[in-house]
Amino acid sequence: MKRATARLATEEPAWIKALILAVVATFLVLVLILPMVTVFVEALRRGVGPALEAIREPDAVAAMKLTLLTAAIAVPFNAFFGICAAWAVAKHEFRFKPFLITLIDLPFSVSPVVAGLIYVLVFGAQGWFGEWLIDHDIKIIFATPGIVLATVFVTFPFVARELIPLMQEQGVDEEEAAVSLGASGLRTFWSVTAPNIRWALLYGMLLCNARAMGEFGAVSVVSGHIRGMTNTMPLHVEILYNEYNFVGAFAVAGVLCGLAVVTLTLKTLLEVAQPHGRVGH
Amino acid sequence: MTAPTDRNIVANAPQRTAVQAAPRRGWTWRRRSAIPGFGLTMGVTLAILSCIVLIPLSAVILRSAGQGPADFLSAAFSERAFTAYRLSFGAALVAALINGLFGLPTAWAMVRYQFPGKAAVNAIIDLPFALPTAVAGIALASLYAENGWVGGLLAPLGVKVAYTPLGVIIALTFIGLPFVVRTLEPVMRDLSHDVEEAAASLGASRLDTILRVIMPSLAPAWVTGFAMAFARGVGEYGSVIFIAGNMPYKSEIAPLLIIIELEQYDYAGAAAIAVVMLLVSFAMLFVINAIQAYARRFA
Amino acid sequence: MTITARDIEKTFDRYPALNGVTLEIAEGELLALLGPSGSGKTTLLRLIAGLEFPEKGQILFDDQDMTLAGAADRRVGFVFQQYALFRHMTVARNVAFGLDVRKRAQRPSKEEILKRVDELLKLVELDGLGKRFPNQLSGGQRQRVALARALAVNPRVLLLDEPFGALDATVRKSLRKELRRIHDATGVTTIFVTHDQEEALELADRVAILNLGRIEQVGTPTEVYDAPSGPFVCGFVGAANRFEGDVQAERFTGGGLTLAAPGVANGSATAFVRPHDLVPAADGDGFDVVAHRVTAQGPVVHIEGLTLAGLPFEAHFARENAQGLAPGAKLRLAPSKAYVFPA
Repeated sequence: MKRATARLATEEPAWIKALILAVVATFLVLVLILPMVTVFVEALRRGVGPALEAIREPDAVAAMKLTLLTAAIAVPFNAFFGICAAWAVAKHEFRFKPFLITLIDLPFSVSPVVAGLIYVLVFGAQGWFGEWLIDHDIKIIFATPGIVLATVFVTFPFVARELIPLMQEQGVDEEEAAVSLGASGLRTFWSVTAPNIRWALLYGMLLCNARAMGEFGAVSVVSGHIRGMTNTMPLHVEILYNEYNFVGAFAVAGVLCGLAVVTLTLKTLLEVAQPHGRVGH
Repeated sequence: MTAPTDRNIVANAPQRTAVQAAPRRGWTWRRRSAIPGFGLTMGVTLAILSCIVLIPLSAVILRSAGQGPADFLSAAFSERAFTAYRLSFGAALVAALINGLFGLPTAWAMVRYQFPGKAAVNAIIDLPFALPTAVAGIALASLYAENGWVGGLLAPLGVKVAYTPLGVIIALTFIGLPFVVRTLEPVMRDLSHDVEEAAASLGASRLDTILRVIMPSLAPAWVTGFAMAFARGVGEYGSVIFIAGNMPYKSEIAPLLIIIELEQYDYAGAAAIAVVMLLVSFAMLFVINAIQAYARRFA
Repeated sequence: MTITARDIEKTFDRYPALNGVTLEIAEGELLALLGPSGSGKTTLLRLIAGLEFPEKGQILFDDQDMTLAGAADRRVGFVFQQYALFRHMTVARNVAFGLDVRKRAQRPSKEEILKRVDELLKLVELDGLGKRFPNQLSGGQRQRVALARALAVNPRVLLLDEPFGALDATVRKSLRKELRRIHDATGVTTIFVTHDQEEALELADRVAILNLGRIEQVGTPTEVYDAPSGPFVCGFVGAANRFEGDVQAERFTGGGLTLAAPGVANGSATAFVRPHDLVPAADGDGFDVVAHRVTAQGPVVHIEGLTLAGLPFEAHFARENAQGLAPGAKLRLAPSKAYVFPA
């Protein structure tokens, strides 16, 4: 009897499987893995010393501080927004709900460069509030507030889009029970809703943070590229790279790359804590 | 698949309206509920949404509307802008096609096969979401440059990648990779094995089963992932500019042109190009929603 | 076509699903595989279909060894519990699928396929619904489509996995009759899996009863009901009161009951008495009980209560024999028939 045909109806022949795995492996190595390896190889091209120096240099440290500051504002802000939006959208019924969800998701479909541009048009020297801001000596564009605003825009939907589907799925039964037992709104949220959504909230904040620290296009438009002042880490990488300081550029890039690895590791752990199959950005 | 009975097919349509409908006082835009905090959270949501997203976005539209149709058209569709769109849209399209082509077997392998290091591969697939685009940009540029690991292999064959439109395609492939894989995976996981078994026991070869039974069920998710990768690619900036070469009329992408116009303080020109890109984004959003609605018809 | 399963062994993750099963299904027969969940009945069906493969043993179609042949090469019709219809295809395309995927040389012409689809839809009484999609059909209609699709390839054997499991009671009853009618009309050898003994007894020519991966008994519905091979079959097919006790010198005593137990060896044993075999008895015969619940169900009166030994029992009386019987009444019952099996 031909043993070779004893293959389950839901399986491909072994050689097809091997072929698919080989194609996938080649594709992932070429597109994902080699670039990541390149970053570390280029950073260490002249050894560990110069790479460390590039990271410790004052402009690099300033860039790191600005990046951390930006993320430290953008992530909690968007988490706050995400919780408010998810509470309003997922726990209540109203008209135009799908439209509101689309509006919240909108920043994902907008090019980062356009995201930066809109704030220049509002707050820039020629913008709507330009003259007023100059009169009152307030700098938004080419300063930290602009960078924060642009970052908030591009990371706007991250937390909301994790929470809304989850909270919709969980329904309102538990909250109704809490309210009927006399709990206040805030108490209901803290005691009943929050424990159910904490992993999804962390997950959204994690992705939000990764994008906030890594954002380039939007920040590039509003930053002004002043070394040691308005350069975030990705912008600092660009400047070093354009100055042909490749070791420096890749050393700072290596720090960001390490951050990405940490993000992916935490993300994997969170997916174990609360499995879900959503697409992030 | 749940067990469908005659009963729950009928019961599907009106959900909880009958139970929850409060006495209606004229036209109302929300259903009363026992859960507090609607006014407050909705107010905060709308206020932040307006300040951060809607009002600034309207600025770009008002700005370009303010300059009159003739100026708008000449700024939005100058020859330089036109070639930039062609590169941005063309490269995003090709990159999305590549991701569609390779994302399908990747998702299949992740869902159906067991292999060593699978958890690590699963994490790595999200790298484009986690890695700053500028880092990806410089890494790809040096990898595919003529003296880079991959570029060096291609150079003798006469293939130049970095600083050509091909480089743009490579960068956008990197950026769009997770979209196709991650939209396909949950749908593949939900495919019921018994449908494949049914096809096989009806005499279909494995290839027939894949082409006639599995692929049609995956098609909506596949197209959705493709559209998402395309939409992301069109607007992408950070990973592209390092590898593109940025030569006007040749390897200059549309977002870069916006930045160049801005650096020349031509705000109206920048706004005009931005409006074109926004319209395309909205169109993609519409297309994606339409596909999802179509797919639900068979659920 | 005769189907033979010989000494089949199959394990899932070291848990034995089938443990030395041998079964022969005759040409044109309608056979039920009956057993509780986990008894291995569905596994046996899937082995015959080529959706699983055994570790040991053989599957023969007539004299042909099909043990390791793939599902696509067996020409069996399989009807899945959840129907497994192709959601993106119309009813007609679903039914035609098995013909559409044939190699060009064996594929009927388009007109022939259309004609065959029409015939089949008529056979399962769905004519006119060919253009619908599966999600526009009721559960019972989907079941019929699945049946028509499986029959389209002129299968050598038709296999049905819990064919009525997902349907509600009324649809289930009418589809049962339908399946019998279609089987008689086509004459195709048919095996169906069920955990519902009533379904098996009503529908099948023969019933194979499985328990813990082994076949307990194969026989006609009358045989398995009237002459159960062992305590499991006796308890699983039809209701029965159970009495634990001992056999000494071919007499069973236990639970206040004394019975003749011809051919049963000495030692502990279990006696089964069906409710309708418990009849009113004269003094000196049978055992005393107290009725706690008396319910009339059509022509039969169900009496539930306790024996003096405190064991629960159930008896079914014809209505005229239960006149004036009320809860609390004391009765004397004796078995008119009983089954005694050594423990």
